[in-house]
Formats: sequence, C-alpha cells, structure tokens
Amino acid sequence: MKKYLYTLFLFLASQTIYAQSDSSFFFSRIKQDSTKLKLNMDAVYNRPFLQMGKLPVALGGYLEANSSYFTTDGISEGLSFQLPRLTMFMSASIRQRIKFMTEIEFEEGGKEINIEFAALDIELNPLFNLRGGVIMNPIGSFNQNHDGPKWEFVSRPISSTTIIPSTWSNVGFGLFGKYARKNWVWAYEAYLSNGFDDKIINNKENRTWFPASKANSERFEESFNGVPLKTVKMAVKHRKVAEVGISWMNGVYNKFQDDGIVLDKRRHLNFIAVDINTTLPTKTSLNGEWVWASVDVPKTFSQQFGKRQQGGFLDIVQPIIKGRILGWSESVINLSTRLEYVDYNVGKFQEIDANIADHLYATTASISFRPSQQTVIRANYRYEWRRDLLGNPAARTAGFQLGFSTYF
Amino acid sequence: MNIRLLSLKCLIAGLVLFSCDQISPKAPEEDQILDGPVNDLTSDQKIRFLAGDAAFNTEIFTSETGLGSVFVATSCGGCHAGDGKGTPFTTLTRFGQTDETGNKFLHMGGPQLQNRALPGFMPETIPDGATFSKFTPPANTGLGFIELVSDEDILAMADPDDKDGDGISGVPNYGTLPDFVTPYAHAMPKNGKYIHRFGKKAAAYNLLHQTVNAYSQDIGISSTFSPYDVYQGHEIDPEVSNLTIQNVVFYLETLKAPIQRNQTDPIVQQGKQTFINIGCQSCHRENLKTGSSPVSALSNKTFHPFTDLLLHDMGSGLDDGYTEGSAKTAEWRTPPLWGLGLSPDSQGGQYYLMHDGRARSIRQAIQMHGGEGQASNNKFEKLTETDKNKLITFLESL
Ligand code: HEC
Ligand code: HEC
Repeated sequence: MKKYLYTLFLFLASQTIYAQSDSSFFFSRIKQDSTKLKLNMDAVYNRPFLQMGKLPVALGGYLEANSSYFTTDGISEGLSFQLPRLTMFMSASIRQRIKFMTEIEFEEGGKEINIEFAALDIELNPLFNLRGGVIMNPIGSFNQNHDGPKWEFVSRPISSTTIIPSTWSNVGFGLFGKYARKNWVWAYEAYLSNGFDDKIINNKENRTWFPASKANSERFEESFNGVPLKTVKMAVKHRKVAEVGISWMNGVYNKFQDDGIVLDKRRHLNFIAVDINTTLPTKTSLNGEWVWASVDVPKTFSQQFGKRQQGGFLDIVQPIIKGRILGWSESVINLSTRLEYVDYNVGKFQEIDANIADHLYATTASISFRPSQQTVIRANYRYEWRRDLLGNPAARTAGFQLGFSTYF
Repeated sequence: MNIRLLSLKCLIAGLVLFSCDQISPKAPEEDQILDGPVNDLTSDQKIRFLAGDAAFNTEIFTSETGLGSVFVATSCGGCHAGDGKGTPFTTLTRFGQTDETGNKFLHMGGPQLQNRALPGFMPETIPDGATFSKFTPPANTGLGFIELVSDEDILAMADPDDKDGDGISGVPNYGTLPDFVTPYAHAMPKNGKYIHRFGKKAAAYNLLHQTVNAYSQDIGISSTFSPYDVYQGHEIDPEVSNLTIQNVVFYLETLKAPIQRNQTDPIVQQGKQTFINIGCQSCHRENLKTGSSPVSALSNKTFHPFTDLLLHDMGSGLDDGYTEGSAKTAEWRTPPLWGLGLSPDSQGGQYYLMHDGRARSIRQAIQMHGGEGQASNNKFEKLTETDKNKLITFLESL
C-alpha cells in the first residue's frame, strides 16, 4: 500500500516538476490572494498550488534536503546528508464551498509515510465551517504552519517538535470560523480527535515524551481510551500590528479501563500555547511560540518522567538585501537568529531540595537566500547546551547545516 | 545596498575564519571525565566495550522490554551518570538483615526496596520491623583493576585482631557464591564462603554478580542468571541476553581508572603527606596491584584506588542497623577515593558522600569517620586550617 502511494506521488511530482519547467497550458499556478489577512491556521491552504487544466484538483508539495556537521563535546559523527521530508499536497473543490485537502509526507527517504492532513471542509458561514478527517490539532502555530520553505532554519524548533509533537495530526472533526473587519481578523478552531497514549511516559527517551504517541499508527483507527482529545485555538490579527494566538489541548492518555474493567483513574494531559508573529517597521519579522504542558504522572512512577514541561522559540528574521540577485528578480537575503529553550521536567526532586534539570538552550544563526518566495537556501550555525536530569555539566553540541527547502 | 553587501561579505568571511576550530565544542580533558576505556584495548575489545557502553548508558527499559513491574530506575546510566557517583534521587534502599544469619525479609521484597512502579502496580514499602540502609551509587571507574586484586593481597591488608595495635582491624566480607558465579582460580575461601569486594558492604563477588543483581533489583530485568520477576517472585523468561550482560561486564572491567589532576602542585603534595601522616592510608590504601588478565591493559598493573577493599567498623553514627553477607551493621567497605574530586560532575554540582550521601562536602565526610576511623578523624580535627585545606585540595585532585 505504502509503495503504491509512493509511486503515485512520485509520478504526480514528476508531472508537477515538469510543469514548472514548461509553462504548458495544462498546468497553471494558482495565485494566492496576498491582500487577504492570513493567519497561521490558513497555512494549509495558503500554499503554492498548481492547477491541472480545468480539473478541480490542485497539486503542490515541498522538498527539504540538507547536510549537517555537528560536534558534541569534541566528538563528531562527521558530515551527513539528509532528506528529512518530501511532502505532497492535493486539494480539490468538490462543489462550491466543499473542499478537500490532503498533505502526505514521506519522511527520511520514505522510511515513514504519514498522512499529515486529509480533511473535508464544508463552508456554511464564514463563522461556521465544518472540518473532518485527519486534522492538524491547532496547538501553537508551528504545528499548522510547518512547511519547510517558510522557515529560515534547517531544523524545526525543538519545543514544537518534542513538547508539541509537530506534525501532530489525528482523526477527528470540528468547527472553525473567522470574523474580519477592517484591519482586524478574529478566528477560532475547535476539534475533537483521537489523541495520546501511555507511551508518553513509557518510552526510550527516558522522559515524558509526547512524540512517542506518534509511533502508534492505530490512533488513525481507534482512540487509545475512548476519550477524545480536545483542541481549541483562538487567534486575532491586526494588519499593522501582529497576530496572536492562544490554544489549548486536553485529553486523557492512559487506558483507564479495558473490557469494562476499571484499571486506573483517568489521567489527563493539558497543553496551553501562545504564539505571536509580527513584522516591525524595519521589516524585521518576529515569530515565536511558547508552550506549557502538564501530565498526570502517577506518584508511584518515577520522577524521571516529568509532570510539567515548557519551552518555546523566537525567530528574528531581518531581510538585508532585496531585489535582483544573480538574475533572480525578486530575491531576498535574510539574516536570522533563533533562540530556543525547552525544559522537559519542571519541578523539584522529592528527595532533595534541588531542581530537576533535563533542559536545553539553543541558539541558531542563519543566512538564507530566497531566489523566490517559494525556495530557500539556508546556512545555519547552531549551538546547544543540554543538561541531564540531575543538572550535571551541560553537553555542548554545535555545528553547521546547509540545505534548501522548496515548494514545487 | 553596497554597504549592506560589504557587511554581509565581512560577516561571512568572519564566520568562515572563526569557524571549524573555534566554534565546535572541545572535548573535555581526559583527566576531567570518568568515562572512557583503558588504553591499549585491541580493536575487538573496543567493539565489546562500545557494545557494553551502549547497553549500560543508552539502553532505557520500558514496560515492553521488561522494566519493573517494580523498579528503582530505568537504566544503568540513569543512576551512574557519566560513570560517576549518584544523588539522593538515584539512591536505593535495602532492608531486612541485621547480622550474618541472613535476610529475614526476603519473602517481603527484601533485600532491595523497589520504590517505584509501573502505572497500575504498587511499589514496595519497608515492612514493619525491618531495619534499612540507603545506598548512593558509587562511581564505576577502574573496577576491572579492583576485580583483579588477589584474595591473598586483600587478606594481607586485613588485621582482624588488630595485631599491630593501630586501632584499625579490617576484615573481608565472606559470602556465599550464587550458582552463576565461578570463583577466581586463586580464590581463598573459608568454610565454603568467598571474599566479596564490590558494593558498600562488599557483598558482591565480582562484576558479573553485581551486574546481574543490578538488572534484577534496580531495573526489574530478569536474566538466565537471575530468572525471577521482582514483583511476583515467579520465574519468567529472560529480559536481557547473556551476551548483553557479558558486554556490560566487559565495559565495567575496561573503564579507565580516574586520572589524578595537579599531581605536581606542592599544595596537593603536602596534602597527600598529611593524608599519610594522620593515618588515612591505613584504610584508604594508595597502591594495589592486579594479577594477570587476558586484557593486557589490566594485567599485572599497580594502580591507585585508595582503598583496602576491607570492611571497617565506622562507629555508631554510621550504623544503620542493616547489613549484608558477613559484615556487621556498623561495618562499611573502604570506598576508593580515586575520582573523588570529579564527583560533583555527576552529582548535579553537589557532593553527596559516604554510603548514603549524607556528607555534603569532603570535610563533612572526614568528620563522620567514627569507630576505627575515629583516631584519624581526631587527628584531622587537630590540624591547622591551612593543613586541612591542603588535605582537601589533595582529595579533590584525585
Ligand atoms: C537505582 C540506581 C542504580 C541502578 C539503576 C544501577 N545501579 Fe549500580 N549501583 C547503585 C548503587 C546504590 C550501588 C551501591 C550498591 C551496593 O553497595 O551494593 C551500585 C553499585 C554498582 C557497582 C559496584 C561498584 C563498586 O564500586 O563496588 C557496579 C559495578 C554497578 N553498580 C553496576 C551497575 C550496572 C551494570 C547497572 C545496570 C544493569 C547498574 N549498576 C544499575 C545504583 C544503581
Ligand atoms: C578505618 C578506616 C578508615 C580510615 C582510617 C579513614 N577512612 Fe575514610 N572512609 C572509610 C570508610 C569505611 C568510608 C565509607 C563510610 C560510609 O560509606 O558510610 C570512608 C569514607 C571516606 C570518604 C567519602 C568517600 C565517598 O566516596 O563517599 C572520604 C572523603 C574519606 N573517607 C576520607 C578519609 C580521610 C581524609 C581519612 C583520614 C583523615 C580517612 N578517610 C580515614 C574508612 C576509613
């Protein structure tokens, strides 16, 4: 099955790439309306698509590839090349106000194939739309707005991939809507979906690890415990000021009953995230996200597995050259930096009056070249300090990453 | 635009110049870390060392791979971070034995308290009437050398009847060998019991014995050597392979000995002289030697652990009323002092010394010496403050 999917998409991809080189009448780029106020939640549709003739289907996708060279405390694994993901999307207008969109990702050279998004949208009213299928839980901003070409950094933010397990999508359904007036837009999303399982506190990472639930592909078939994961997000944006989002996700992760037999109480997990992005008059853009997560870990289990986590990132991107570079008319060179912090275990040891560490800081500097908005070639230098649970001297990792990411 | 281009070029040039050498984190000096193999391993030995290293440090047990159902920690490395000492978080509790007649609480979860449990299971508690002691993880360095000290040499350091009248006796811990342990070729047993040497009470015979017990008692992992589930007590399938256990044992055997720092510093040298003068050496012996070993890096070597591998009565202050093997409750094995100065690097920046981590500094550790250690403690107290500090500087250099 996976193989067939893969071949189908490779075929479609080759068609699309072909389309780009030859501006055949059969394919045409769908123009994105850049005057509309777009939010992070619009990212799924706010992508370059290609339309095939008069077919009601549009295609798109992106590819990321990079090389990296990292050293941890003097030890390096050497230079390696990665193809972290190839993502394809396809959207279809089934009828007026009924849309279908899917995003399928081939990770690490096809080792994993994930349906990141596959949902049907039915528009009833701008304030009231239905969405069902595989949805991306709207927690934070990165989870929904994660396309590689949109970012100046090779790596994804750590808090957004290890606390919020981006890309975190599940089968579910819900509502979304928007209200726009003059320079303001307000929007919400609310979904019920399948969710986490008890791997989050029983895994080889040896810490509370939300991404561990992603290994359970059964979550696309049935809920681990029958209690839906609730995700709600609200965002407001002023055209000249900023977009601010606040989101909440809550669910039960344990199998509290099996076959009608009660095994444990319901153990909840809870996420709250805030995200903000803005562009200053100096054209500097700021984009950040912060998340707090808490889990009801049984008292009799180990404090190795934290009850609370928190972390976030801030990207500062400064365009320094805009215009014609090497013959590309609308190219940009950006200098950027990312600051990151993640604490996987917030709290104190029961045995001693000392903080549990298990945290990391990282900073990344980037220079990126965009021959067009859709393609980014980026060089990063990243330095990370990571402390173990006990707070022993930090392991220091640093290195370079060079790569590109492009929509096609 | 031009100025920007120029500044950009400068920036790139700067980055390139600054790069490579400056901006990749350097390895710490060899003498600053405890982990790493002894020198001169052959390449097949290095492969075994790495396999053991992975099993010891990176293999995390989960309920799928056998963790628990009751346990203390999820991996060896979780308690022995960087092969160094542990903290109160990784400290374990043993209970139920008060003399050489054995543990009376084996049917109630003894000797070790598994104080953590998988969700849905209840951790153990200390039964009424059982005495207990807490054990903070020691460093794991240089254990291959210690394993190769002959029984003859250990017995030569013992002085059970204090014939030399220095107030220090020192006895080995004689214990019964479990089935899976083969005694050394030149072992010197007494009444069918063998000299044990590892652990705070010297209650483990060799590194295989210690490793099998650690898998079983600390992590709840059964093996062909110890096939019992710690929760139910039933015999179950092995959860770790013999090969993995052997690799871990090899890893422990070939971990390098800590390297002393600032050896030529006159303060360190004066401190060392004081250490000898006030009788610390009577128990913390500097020089021991190994017998022959197939690993040439360990074979017939003199090494400097600062221990005699014997049990000493340390007085009532350190008597928890719990014991193992033939040791008395107030008796503890002299811990090696090598690597002492690096302890905070694995103890979260703090010192947790003595068997249960109760001493929060080297000075406190010395002041807690009672019993056979009382005399040298008294001598320490009589030293001038400068001499005390010099002695501590010496200990920190180990
Ligand atoms: C819960 C924490 C914990 C875990 C997990 C743990 N240890 Fe230990 N380790 C200790 C403590 C505490 C001691 C001292 C025990 C004693 O004195 O009997 C110790 C002692 C040792 C010693 C003896 C050192 C000496 O100087 O005598 C060795 C060897 C050892 N452990 C190896 C291992 C191995 C191998 C594993 C994994 C299979 C392991 N440990 C897992 C806490 C732990
Ligand atoms: C009678 C034998 C004896 C003498 C003499 C002695 N020690 Fe000790 N030492 C021990 C024992 C046994 C322990 C472990 C006690 C325990 O774990 O509770 C110990 C523990 C220590 C520790 C803590 C080590 C650790 O890893 O926790 C230090 C430091 C130390 N001794 C230093 C000294 C100094 C300095 C002197 C001289 C003033 C000295 N000792 C004299 C037997 C002795």
